[in-house]
Amino acid sequence: MSSFEWSSGVWPDWCQGCGNFGIFTALRMALAEMGMDRKRVVLVSGIGCSGKIPHFVKATGVHALHGRSIPFATGIKIANPNLKVVVHGGDGDLLGIGMGHFVALGRRNPDILVMIHNNWVYGLTKGQASPTLGRGIRTKALAFPNINDPVNPILIGMASGYTFLARSYAYNAEHLKEVIKAGLSHRGAGAIEIIQPCPTWNNIVNMEWVAQNTQYLSGWDPVVASEDDLLKKMQEVMRLESMDKKQLGIIFENRFKETFEDRLASINGYYKDNPPARQRIEDEGSSLPVSMDKTFGRYMV
Amino acid sequence: MKRLGLSGNYAVAYAVKMADVDVIAAYPITPQTTIVEKLSDFVANGELDAEYVNVESEHSAMSACVGASLTGARVFTATSSQGLAYMHEVLFMASALRTPIVMTNVNRALSAPLNIWNDHSDAMAERDSGWIQLWASSAQEALDTTIEAFKIAEDVLLPVMVNIDGFIVSHTYEPVTLPDEGEVKRYIPSKPLTNRLSPRLAYSVGVVGPPEYYYEMKYQAVDAMERSRQRIKEIEADFNRRFGKDYKDINAYYMEDAEYALLAMGSMTGTARVVAESLRRRGERAGVVSIRWFRPFPFERLAEILEGVRGIGVMDRAVTPGGPSNPLFVDVASGLYGMAERPVLQSFVAGLGGRDVSTDEFGMMFSKTKEAARSGRAGPCIYVGLRE
Ligand SMILES: Cc1ncc(C[n+]2csc(CCOP(=O)(O)OP(=O)(O)O)c2C)c(N)n1
Ligand code: SF4
Ligand SMILES: [Mg+2]
Repeated sequence: MSSFEWSSGVWPDWCQGCGNFGIFTALRMALAEMGMDRKRVVLVSGIGCSGKIPHFVKATGVHALHGRSIPFATGIKIANPNLKVVVHGGDGDLLGIGMGHFVALGRRNPDILVMIHNNWVYGLTKGQASPTLGRGIRTKALAFPNINDPVNPILIGMASGYTFLARSYAYNAEHLKEVIKAGLSHRGAGAIEIIQPCPTWNNIVNMEWVAQNTQYLSGWDPVVASEDDLLKKMQEVMRLESMDKKQLGIIFENRFKETFEDRLASINGYYKDNPPARQRIEDEGSSLPVSMDKTFGRYMV
Repeated sequence: MKRLGLSGNYAVAYAVKMADVDVIAAYPITPQTTIVEKLSDFVANGELDAEYVNVESEHSAMSACVGASLTGARVFTATSSQGLAYMHEVLFMASALRTPIVMTNVNRALSAPLNIWNDHSDAMAERDSGWIQLWASSAQEALDTTIEAFKIAEDVLLPVMVNIDGFIVSHTYEPVTLPDEGEVKRYIPSKPLTNRLSPRLAYSVGVVGPPEYYYEMKYQAVDAMERSRQRIKEIEADFNRRFGKDYKDINAYYMEDAEYALLAMGSMTGTARVVAESLRRRGERAGVVSIRWFRPFPFERLAEILEGVRGIGVMDRAVTPGGPSNPLFVDVASGLYGMAERPVLQSFVAGLGGRDVSTDEFGMMFSKTKEAARSGRAGPCIYVGLRE
């Protein structure tokens, strides 16, 4: 399947020059190159310009609520662990109003990949400061410079237990495609922070800014070599993330942690072969009889 | 007196500026955003001396408002739709803790599917949260009602939600007369509220209310809402006198001799009036009733207005799936239950998710209401403009 076959045909209505086009392109290229089965791909998005992406990709999609894409995705994944579940959301959606869920995903480590469309602003609602905007910065819609400190999604992801963390750039579709492929191949909770220019509202993070303030990782090994190596790797990531320039590439990968699916299987032996989505709830058109005695037996007097 | 061309949202922002609020905590959402955008301009350029907090969600916005209000500050926020829904649990805290917060809710449909257009589902879902709910149907009324809202809230110690229809009122520019600022200051002087958190008193609020206490505390908020009926009337009369207006709990048009009428809330009553006027020219005795205070619901005056009217069409812009009928209808029906001779009530649902309701459709609603009035029997709810 070519990347074009992953287009739904719905006209993407992002502004001219919006970084979301690059994300859309890279995602389709990654899905095509990996030969993903359309029937197994589910895109779950929040609300924002970023959240529109399931409209445009020819795959199953859920456009959820602002901030709630991760719990929707978690429910889908738990019910049917055979699906490839990908979350798309804005920096406001995932790291502000939905931050609690972003942290919870790391703690559980289900096989879900989160793509953070980071444009430093609330694009859809006309350019207010998002949780990633630096203190003292005044993008064009702000009445006064931002007085909040920014969050770093890579460090929060690492502290929360994510097992795959990367950063890429929406205008470099080739790089982003490779990072997405690595993220989709990883088993466990992954997050990719995508630097996504918003030419309409963010007059600061443009191509020149990115050229000056980012650098592609080279010679960096993101993979945790052994369980004993974890702390050391985390410290190295801390150092990497405290550098002046933002690092682009795969930053952290831990293959030792059990996924949420594994953890569920460890307490429910039937889970892997018979997850909820495969369980029958009817038999030849009539619902399966439920034995109240069995279910509530010990409460009966 | 200054006359400006303002959208409904900007009119609200001007009212909030004149009310000289102390704290604004808000989160953006269409079609509310331009209210707080304008307010952040006022704060940034020094026209309004207030703390403006950019919070990370509406849940936080309302929580910050409750906190600020508990210290005695005058507090404002604005939201719509999902934002109001996300405030849900905090709304009950706000009313039970008796915080006089003023909030504009720019009415918008609720997901799914995602829809930014106007209907009343958001406000109706918060009907029981203990907030006073006022409805304004023009930019001027939005400004005036917002000023009144501060007076009402601080007098009865209950939060007040002022509803305006998304886009239809919020984004339509109209000529608006700004009231005299000095007169506004005299009407709602900034005075520190008493009985608030204070380091000198050192008491806690919101603590566990076991069955021995919870009931009485809840009743206090119920009682405050009941007693607010009379106070709102007086406060509104004072407003009308000072500013030369004529606001009431219910606006009645052509009701003196009406045989049948349409009853609604918000901006659509404007279209209903236009259609009623043309019916009147044809000799029909049609009327229009527009509810301005939804909480407390003015059922006694409604019964007075409807005395002698044979049929009422109630137009809801929200639904109560599985209920006996839709929210406005249910209130009207139970409010009128005590009348000796009740009008026949015909239920309509119209304009969900911003669907236009044409004058022809209003004509249809009038004629169905007339049929019900004449036959003495109403049919099941009619979903106006629904494609089968
Ligand atoms: C509960 C709730 N509050 C507010 C909104 C309005 N809203 C829609 S998108 C958005 C922010 C978008 O910013 P971000 O998540 O960064 O996405 P972007 O548009 O930048 O891609 C907001 C506040 C909403 N839909 N739901
Ligand atoms: S507002 Fe910004 S993020 Fe949204 S579509 Fe336009 S350029 Fe893209
Ligand atoms: Mg954003």
